[in-house]
Amino acid sequence: MSTSVAVIAGCAVTTWAIKGIGPLALGGRELPLWFTSVVILLAPALFAALVVTQALADGERLAVGADTVGVAAGGLVAWRTGSVIGCVVVAAVVTALLRAI
Amino acid sequence: MEEAPQRMPPASDDVGEATAPPADGTADATPPATDDALRHSRRRARLIEGVREGMPFAIAGGLLALSFGVVAEGAGLSAAAAIAMSAIVFAGAAQFTAIAILAQGGTVAAAVLAAALVNSRFLPMGAALGPSLPGGPLRRAAQGQAVVDASWAIAGRGDGTFDRWLLFGSTGVQYVGWVGGTIAGALGGNVLGDAQTLGLDAIYPAFFLALLVNELGDGRSRLVAVLGGVIALVLVPLTPAGVPVLAASLAALVGLHASARAEAAARRSG
Repeated sequence: MSTSVAVIAGCAVTTWAIKGIGPLALGGRELPLWFTSVVILLAPALFAALVVTQALADGERLAVGADTVGVAAGGLVAWRTGSVIGCVVVAAVVTALLRAI
Repeated sequence: MEEAPQRMPPASDDVGEATAPPADGTADATPPATDDALRHSRRRARLIEGVREGMPFAIAGGLLALSFGVVAEGAGLSAAAAIAMSAIVFAGAAQFTAIAILAQGGTVAAAVLAAALVNSRFLPMGAALGPSLPGGPLRRAAQGQAVVDASWAIAGRGDGTFDRWLLFGSTGVQYVGWVGGTIAGALGGNVLGDAQTLGLDAIYPAFFLALLVNELGDGRSRLVAVLGGVIALVLVPLTPAGVPVLAASLAALVGLHASARAEAAARRSG
């Protein structure tokens, strides 16, 4: 139990600090154009990285598996229908089916 | 999102509503006494809009939290500890990473550090959000706690500024989904069965893929997405978890080229 408490406390404090430091340091001021131009592009960069590190890797090695196919199928649903729930449900179902075969 | 793009607003109080176009075209005729009420109702409307836009992510996140509840037990966390972690930390990827390291027999320090690295993407997100938040440094830092991936994307106006009420609304509903899902998973996990067999591990990347698809409106975004993905993939075997994602944010520096070109064009025409 003490391990759990220490991990939870540690994760809580670091998460608060990480989320807080940007807004703490950068206040309401006029944004330079270069800052805005970079900020707009952060989302595609970060989300693409999160997708590939989860779907194409397993820990610190690259790994393609049933989940890769499932996520691709989910992506197709997101792209065609725009449905987030459809995307995650299809991804899970396709992955589960492939593993059951 | 329906509002016209706005220039960076004054730092004073509420960024969005101070410059927002009047919803019904009668704002100019409104006597000063009702200004506060008007502003209040606009905030409420955007808060509710945030809840509405955040709902699909709350449901998807709830499924994810369900699997977190199940997996956490396997890593030696009690049901109460798993629920407390979701309620206090409220950061999906970091929570999964921390308990994966504990399950592998890693130390507390290793688990916390890895979680912090996975969370490090919130540094650039927070830096982007900061200028759109009113108040002093501490008040801004407190508001910054509302950043989660989907809300940050929803609250972005597309011009580098953010609508904080959309952020609060969408994060609020996702918090309920995240904690609720964890409770269900932690207490009812044995009924559910194995998370891997059910394909629950595919939910996380699928969640981010749905977010990504929304961001690929133009050629430059698509280029940056490919670049970010490649940077992350190359770094996966070379660096600890979390570093590849943080490093991928460098792909956004492509925007510097775009802004330099825009400024050069402005100088030429001016």
